[in-house]
Amino acid sequence: MSGILRVCTAAGCAGCGGSALREQLGAVIAAATTGDPASGLALKGVGCLGPCGEGALLELESASGRRLFGGITPEGVAAVAASLANLSPGTDLGTWAPPAARPIDLEQPFFRLQKRLVLEHCGRIDPESLAEALAAGSYGQLRRVLQENRPEAVIEQVRRSGLRGRGGGGYPTGLKWATVARMPGPEKVVVCNADEGDPGAFMDRSVLEGDPHRLLEGMAIAAWAVGASRGFIYVRAEYPMAIAHLRTAIAQAEDQGLLGAAIAGSAFGFQLELRVGAGAFVCGEETALIHSIEGQRGVPRPRPPYPAEVGVFGLPTLINNVETFASVPPLLAIGAEAYAAIGTTNSGGTKVFSLTGDVRLAGVLEVPMGTPIATIVETMGGGAPDGHAIKAVQTGGPSGGCVPANRLDTPVDYESLQELGSIMGSGGMVVMDDSTSMVDVACFFMAFCREESCGKCIPCRSGTVQLHLLLQKHLAGEADAADLAQLESLCHMVKDTSLCGLGQSAPKPVLSTLRHFRGDYLALLRPEPEATPEPVP
Amino acid sequence: MSSGTGPSSSATSSRKVRLATVWLAGCSGCHMSFLDLDEWLLELAELAEIVYSPVGSDVKTYPEGVDVCLVEGGVANADNLELLHQVRTRTRVLISFGDCAITANIPGMRNMLHGADPVLRKAYLELADGSGQLPHAPGIVPELLERVLPVHELVPVELYLPGCPPSAARIRAALEPLLQGGWPELSGADLIRFG
Amino acid sequence: MSVRTLRIDGRDLAVPEGTTLLQAAREAGIAIPTLCHLEGLSPVAACRLCLVEIEGTDKLLPACITPASEGMVVQTATPRLQDIRRTVVELLFTEGNHVCAICVANGHCELQDLAVTTGMDHSRLPYRFPARRVDLSHPFFGLDHNRCILCTRCVRVCDEVEGAHVWDVGWRGEHCRIIAGLDEPWGAVDACTNCGKCVQVCPTGALFHKGDTTAEKHDEPAQLQALVHARHHQQWNP
Repeated sequence: MSGILRVCTAAGCAGCGGSALREQLGAVIAAATTGDPASGLALKGVGCLGPCGEGALLELESASGRRLFGGITPEGVAAVAASLANLSPGTDLGTWAPPAARPIDLEQPFFRLQKRLVLEHCGRIDPESLAEALAAGSYGQLRRVLQENRPEAVIEQVRRSGLRGRGGGGYPTGLKWATVARMPGPEKVVVCNADEGDPGAFMDRSVLEGDPHRLLEGMAIAAWAVGASRGFIYVRAEYPMAIAHLRTAIAQAEDQGLLGAAIAGSAFGFQLELRVGAGAFVCGEETALIHSIEGQRGVPRPRPPYPAEVGVFGLPTLINNVETFASVPPLLAIGAEAYAAIGTTNSGGTKVFSLTGDVRLAGVLEVPMGTPIATIVETMGGGAPDGHAIKAVQTGGPSGGCVPANRLDTPVDYESLQELGSIMGSGGMVVMDDSTSMVDVACFFMAFCREESCGKCIPCRSGTVQLHLLLQKHLAGEADAADLAQLESLCHMVKDTSLCGLGQSAPKPVLSTLRHFRGDYLALLRPEPEATPEPVP
Repeated sequence: MSSGTGPSSSATSSRKVRLATVWLAGCSGCHMSFLDLDEWLLELAELAEIVYSPVGSDVKTYPEGVDVCLVEGGVANADNLELLHQVRTRTRVLISFGDCAITANIPGMRNMLHGADPVLRKAYLELADGSGQLPHAPGIVPELLERVLPVHELVPVELYLPGCPPSAARIRAALEPLLQGGWPELSGADLIRFG
Repeated sequence: MSVRTLRIDGRDLAVPEGTTLLQAAREAGIAIPTLCHLEGLSPVAACRLCLVEIEGTDKLLPACITPASEGMVVQTATPRLQDIRRTVVELLFTEGNHVCAICVANGHCELQDLAVTTGMDHSRLPYRFPARRVDLSHPFFGLDHNRCILCTRCVRVCDEVEGAHVWDVGWRGEHCRIIAGLDEPWGAVDACTNCGKCVQVCPTGALFHKGDTTAEKHDEPAQLQALVHARHHQQWNP
């Protein structure tokens, strides 16, 4: 019998039975002797297969097509392995129904409506195998651009594609590259911001764990285009599997001459180093990230100068997020015009989202820019479970805001979300049903910002604490109208005066919920106390 | 009060301003500073009737219909709190009088121990000479609040008079316009400096 | 040297290129409050008191690091900015334990002065009363964290002028505190030269001479400025 078994071994599935499943299925296949049904099978541990909420996931591929099974628990793993071992001779993999697992329809909208460019190989290949990555086409674009030797043409392609910063800022990527390319000086640096820290965001993790070579190729192309010879990937320590896979991938690529000196036989050299964060959300802010790479305390500094001018070790530095770099190889492969045509006028290409919260089908998906939020959360995600209705969708994490249910027709692009008081953010999408208190949500995010404030500037260091205390006062039913007014004015003060993006956006979850769900706040206010004998001016 | 420009619309020109001073958790330094008004106190007596004050009256119950009250001290115990609420409901212009009333100041330093119980233990057991015991006399010794709070964190306040203590000149700058039916504008280091 | 002309609070000014808005304003006698900033030390733009409004942008910019540019129209004291500054001072007062009455710097404290300047006669935000420590391990000086506002002047003067880098900031957010050495008692840090520059530049009573009692501490930034000027211009005889 021939076929491929893919076990999702990304962090989510690995934690709920995926690792054991891979191990035990591997043992069955290794023990199979010629003639056993399992003897011709290939087993792969792969990156994210998509519907994380259904994990652990197992995909079976045979001549009759692909089938996906989910809901495998650590307790059910042994039964699945035993079933495989006991298949009767002559069984087709296409007819095997693993016990203790439920089939997941691959034709449902969650899969059908996706447009997978960044995630093209994710879940298909073994992320620890360079051979599989190469077979899938990785490094093809790097080789091609090196051969053509026209860096400015690459930058022009990126510019024309409409690709914008996927970390959330939405700055035009081509423009950023062109700026760094134009900076004088022999030494430049390329940095990948892999410090994905928003609660509810795990898109970049999926790429890092599932297809690290795609990122390395994107970074190498960027380095070559802007004239950099050094690069850093700054990845958070909370992603051990991503770190391990990146280490493996870098070593493999160096070994094969795809990183390091004289890449692919050209004169271009690119030294790539991994830097592991120490657990600070603020290090996702680019100037703090630079300080951290340099070995300094990870606190932001005012901009300008921007990193393009003064970055890592004072050198002109290009900083992009994981998904931005990972978008580059497919973008070049299909061409700038085709890539731009996928998205909207102002936001080209696709965007990866991690869909989570009160939604039937949670996981990682990639859709064209401009897809309505409703399509993602209702059609693809299946809406809220247990008879509840969706109340809001939170985008952009602690820097973002909530999109109310009546605005779910909003397309996901940078401008539309900003108009609603939220942001695209890096791609975390948290669905909340009608049982959710939006004050509670705002309080959760403020607690997060309070904890993650670096403490350098006073509005963020102390303002987030006071805002958190005020929100707690509301939740305890002890706030009055004056407290609500103070909450609102302090939000604006912290937003307008904080030094970096963390503080400037920390009040956004409050302001956004105040805008769309003011009733949630008003309902918590205590009645006004008795007036004093006579009003005083 | 003589005019309707301040919070005095109901006061008639024939009636003296009903003035009170209250001493919560403070050292009485603000009241001593009040007495430092010296001869201006005589002028004050012409314009105001002292209806309740630890330094100017024997009345034991805070009266109704007070026009202006200077409240010294933070709010540290149940008695302070009860009196403050009485003051608030019976007074038109409540002045937070001195740093303890405005910031909790020295009495508030016990807040750093986070709670009444740790404070009592520290004072009466840990630092005692061997035979320490926690004071407990319900109805006689007022219960400590968990935290000492500034007056305005508990009730609305109309005017703030910082200082430890506010100087006599500062007190006069606040009271004089009030007694004449106006409203004081307090700014600058002479009038609103802490400490 | 080229010149930049700009308008601050309605006054037309001409300043050399590279002049910051703060320098330009001060030379024209326009007072912009500052706290972390100190002439002679690198700017960090952390206290946000010197934020100003600039025509054509919604963003408030810190005057201490924003260079004057041609045609700029700057407002330094709008009601919005005044309210922001008062709030900044309230945030500083409420996050520490600033008991002016018993402070060594009472009467000579920049934070205390700022409360007056910004009209803060009370804090609209609640006091937090954090539990903080006092380090008296140094033979000559003391550090009272209750009074520290984390302006990092001590960190910068020790690093940039004395070259000892005894001080740094430890922890993060509300837990930030100035640390000596590797978070050791100050007196145990060999790198300290006992020069006292940190005490001189401290804007509050956080760093003080042992033996100073209430209201006896004066900060002396002029000494630092004289030293920095002398080094910069190689002029050692006043």
